Amino acid sequence: MIYSPKSISNAVQILQDDPDAQILSGGTDFMVEVNFGHRAPTSVLSLRAIKELCTWSQQDGVIRIGSALPYAQMETGPLAKLLPALAQAARTVGSPQIRAAGTLGGNLGTSSPAGDSLPVLYALDATIIIATATGERRMAVKDFMVGPKRNALSKGEIITAVELPASTGYQGYSKVGVRNAMVISIASACLVHNPIDRSVRLAMGTVGPTIIRASAAEKWLGEECDLASASSITPAICAEFGRRCGDESQPITDHRSTAEYRRHAVSVITSRLLERCAAS
Amino acid sequence: MSLENQSYTLRVNNKSLDVQDAWIGESLLYVLRERLGMPGAKGACEQGECGSCTVLLDGEAVCSCLVLAAAATDADIRTVESIGDGQTLSDVQQAFVESGAVQCGFCTPGLIVAVENLLTHNPRPTEMQVKEALSGNICRCTGYGRIFDAVSVAVARRTGVSQ
Ligand SMILES: Cc1cc2nc3c(=O)[nH]c(=O)nc-3n(C[C@H](O)[C@H](O)[C@H](O)COP(=O)(O)OP(=O)(O)OC[C@H]3O[C@@H](n4cnc5c(N)ncnc54)[C@H](O)[C@@H]3O)c2cc1C
Ligand code: FES
Ligand code: FES
Repeated sequence: MIYSPKSISNAVQILQDDPDAQILSGGTDFMVEVNFGHRAPTSVLSLRAIKELCTWSQQDGVIRIGSALPYAQMETGPLAKLLPALAQAARTVGSPQIRAAGTLGGNLGTSSPAGDSLPVLYALDATIIIATATGERRMAVKDFMVGPKRNALSKGEIITAVELPASTGYQGYSKVGVRNAMVISIASACLVHNPIDRSVRLAMGTVGPTIIRASAAEKWLGEECDLASASSITPAICAEFGRRCGDESQPITDHRSTAEYRRHAVSVITSRLLERCAAS
Repeated sequence: MSLENQSYTLRVNNKSLDVQDAWIGESLLYVLRERLGMPGAKGACEQGECGSCTVLLDGEAVCSCLVLAAAATDADIRTVESIGDGQTLSDVQQAFVESGAVQCGFCTPGLIVAVENLLTHNPRPTEMQVKEALSGNICRCTGYGRIFDAVSVAVARRTGVSQ
């Protein structure tokens, strides 16, 4: 059975009545599994017709992005101005065809350590909004992802939106892979500077079982420089920051790369992101 | 596990087409080719990597291999069969032929849809924009040079600018 409800409350009810129904958003992870026989749905709950999930809004400095908004709408336009790092991350996902379909709800649902939106959500301390049978719950993204391809979502729950703060300073995303288009990252990172609370937040992807915040490197940087502006960040500080981020990564060797290369790559991109921040 | 089947109607190239008693997990690519007799979209990787199955879904180019057909009943689906009238070629198709952008031809339908989609949204794309727009379409024969030439020819003719 295929369900295409038009409202979130109907969707949640469907999952109560038919607990086997599998949630489908853009299908770019879901359908690969179906096509290769790793997933054989007997019923599917499609989110496509729920307009509320396919929009975004902004209120009091908080941006709320519907879980089924495709990446294509984050790449350019007003949302890209509010969240430049998310726009950069979105532009690196797959190809135009993938970005026309793929969504944040799906990236979170899959919870791959290589998911390109995830370091951005971690660096911005995003809140995940989840519809449940009894209403709604909110969860910090760091509590959402619990391991490679594992998350804290329970059966019957639907991710409805992600809430993020609008940018107040430099923010950037960087990804290393074997080519530019259509590539799963070997290492990735997102850096967010907030001059108001004098912080730099740094999250790394593909170098651990979950996304990793470089908390010790962040703290060190805050002690080295006055982060009310980026002007006191010197090239030497950038290099040392990158080295410390690399120390905090927990990469593994797999078919895409070795642990050594991943650690090196993440050091290089984190130090480069800080250089870009300093030059901004 | 019992696999469920369902009958539904798709709107493809402005026609309502019935799909009878089909497994709900079938991709739009499969349904178009195997159930609706439209072999224009090609299947190679079935994992979104090659773009040879590109169709327009509500005006956006997507991989039909990653669309669950039974969940696309409310969508406006356009395939390569809607481009050109079957007798004469569209300007983009003509430009591909003239520029030698078609060798084995397997990637061509997906590229035609992707180029039509690009030029609808952006009639005067830069070279980078063309490369970006076609980055999800793999061609194993041409080395892409002639494909980019074909796009330039089509752009020049549509915008009336000589090359
Ligand atoms: C060719 C190709 C290239 C790719 N390249 C990249 C890349 O560069 N970077 C990257 O990060 N990813 C990439 N991906 C993976 C994929 O595109 C992303 O993970 C995307 O964000 C998935 O979103 P979707 O809407 O398509 O999810 P779907 O495939 O619809 O769903 C994925 C999973 O999440 C669950 N789910 C979806 N929405 C919800 C929700 N609202 N609530 C609860 N569960 C939900 C589904 O049940 C399913 O288990 C690529 C995929 C392909 C096929
Ligand atoms: S067959 Fe769909 S992208 Fe290759
Ligand atoms: S012409 Fe053969 S794959 Fe492109």
